[in-house]
Amino acid sequence: MSLQVSFVDDARGTDLQLDVADSETVAVLGPNGAGKSTLLNVIAGLHRPASGSGRLDGETLFDLGDRARTWVPAQDRRVGLLSQDALLFPHLSVLENVAFGPRSAGAGRSEARRRASHWLEQVEALDLAGRRPGQLSGGQAQRIAVARALAAEPRLLLLDEPLAALDQSAAPLVRRLLKRVLEGRPSVIVTHDVMDALVLADRIVVVEGGRVVEQGTTDAVLERPRSRFAAGMAGLNLLHGRITDVGLAAGSGTVSGSIDATAAAGDDGVAVFRPADVAVYTQAPAGSPRNTFHVTVTDVEPHGDQLRVRAGDLAADVTPAAAAELELAPGTPAVFVVKAAAVTIYPGKPAH
Amino acid sequence: MSAGHQGHALPGWVTAAAAVGTGFVLLPLAAMVLRIDWPRFVPLVTSDSSLAALGLSLRTSAVSTLLCVVLGVPMALALARDTVPGQRLLRPLVLLPLVLPPVVGGIALLYTFGRRGLLGQSLDLLGVQVAFSTAAVVIAQTFVAMPFLVVSLEGTLRTSGQRFEAVAATLGARPGTVLSRVTLPLVLPGLVSGAMLSFARALGEFGATLTFAGSLQGSTRTLPLEIYLQRETDPDAAVALSLVLVAVAVGVVGVAHGRRGGSARLRTLLSWSRAGAPR
Repeated sequence: MSLQVSFVDDARGTDLQLDVADSETVAVLGPNGAGKSTLLNVIAGLHRPASGSGRLDGETLFDLGDRARTWVPAQDRRVGLLSQDALLFPHLSVLENVAFGPRSAGAGRSEARRRASHWLEQVEALDLAGRRPGQLSGGQAQRIAVARALAAEPRLLLLDEPLAALDQSAAPLVRRLLKRVLEGRPSVIVTHDVMDALVLADRIVVVEGGRVVEQGTTDAVLERPRSRFAAGMAGLNLLHGRITDVGLAAGSGTVSGSIDATAAAGDDGVAVFRPADVAVYTQAPAGSPRNTFHVTVTDVEPHGDQLRVRAGDLAADVTPAAAAELELAPGTPAVFVVKAAAVTIYPGKPAH
Repeated sequence: MSAGHQGHALPGWVTAAAAVGTGFVLLPLAAMVLRIDWPRFVPLVTSDSSLAALGLSLRTSAVSTLLCVVLGVPMALALARDTVPGQRLLRPLVLLPLVLPPVVGGIALLYTFGRRGLLGQSLDLLGVQVAFSTAAVVIAQTFVAMPFLVVSLEGTLRTSGQRFEAVAATLGARPGTVLSRVTLPLVLPGLVSGAMLSFARALGEFGATLTFAGSLQGSTRTLPLEIYLQRETDPDAAVALSLVLVAVAVGVVGVAHGRRGGSARLRTLLSWSRAGAPR
């Protein structure tokens, strides 16, 4: 294990654990205010939690509790942090920005410049060396920020939504760059974007309400989400409930579907189905063992060449023609119908 | 820095009242300029007593500005970082000289550094007498001018934010390195503006100086004191010297305003400094 961290922060209602293996990239996903940035700040040494401990490569980063009072300051941790904004020092040139880490570590001016040039070359930005941060585009600035973070030779790299502030043309380039430099390097990336997780991460950790609600390999989490957030990211409907002999008891009714072999009656479980498998009616159709949900439409938005009809936590995809015929608009009642064959039921912890 | 920014139209009465206010500020200056005896202007401002006063003013103001920077920068850093215990109480107290009548400041200084004062007695035993010396002028000027530097720099420090400093720390920079290579360079424009304001305030200082340092030609009689004295005997000389002070003040305000760091907060301060300037 490269990184092991576990802490409680009362003020923010956070209770998080995270392990990162050698040369592993872990994506931390979750809604706003879930505690993702707090997690990174605690690891970086910028926020001191109420209690907990953290170790990196066997060395203590912090150990706080009733008696323990160890807190290694940020500058001694060798943990790099890359945020949404590049935060290049505006009064220094690009080269001086990248040389800042080596200089702080005690390297001489020429040695620091040599190392800075090396890292600028790695991010294909050597030609920008003489510029001021104010003269850079968002994508260029973020590439320089990557070089600056790596030039400090961090043992662990933390990335806090590194692509969120970039426009759509710049993001793919920086994402490819990150893919290349994160290879074989332990790192934690906080993101909203499923694309980042797919391209960059070996493993996903989903954080909701200050707790880890789900984790696993990227493929496993996206294929079989157990939290509403991961389901939303994977574009799936998800219902929490209790597994019964015939389906999943959720809310007032039972959802029928194919029950996974690993599920036992009485366990907490989830029912998952695709929005494309949901048919929308104004009145419940008769016959056939189908799942029906009486809902109120909250939103209708374009989704590919279809329209995605949202009703609370559920979503259904319909053709524009069907939506017009059904007169679907926010506030109108509707019936969502999904065949039992399209629903998968497997174990999963209840929602918070 | 948005170019071509256009505010929406103001009601007519606001524009009219603003014009009256502007006239109120500029008219007295014009009235003074009109009274100047131009043929005698150069001899008046270059007389021995005038040059002595001007020289003393510039020297003492320069030294007190330096003291303001040396003492005020750490104060601003501490106040801006919310690390001082009881800070909510401390800040208004520390900034009190900003709103205190200077003559009151002078009396307070007298009971601190005067021969019978709190520290003065000890200093007296060491053979050091501060009151009514050039050192007293510098102390009085520093006392009234330092809050200007602290307030303007603290404002700049707060708006510059701590994110750059956090990044510098994750790059391995120790607190001293962060301060010298990140924090101070980032707030340099604010620091220069604050220092210029302090200089201007020190240059115009009158009440505290007169009370605490007296008015001895060559050692404590600064330009404002000289002007006040000349007004009794030679009003033309007083007006001519006043114009010299106005010229210096305009230069200082120009420099402070012209800099990019001239934040809104600083402009508020500028208006304060003019309004609360020495009588």
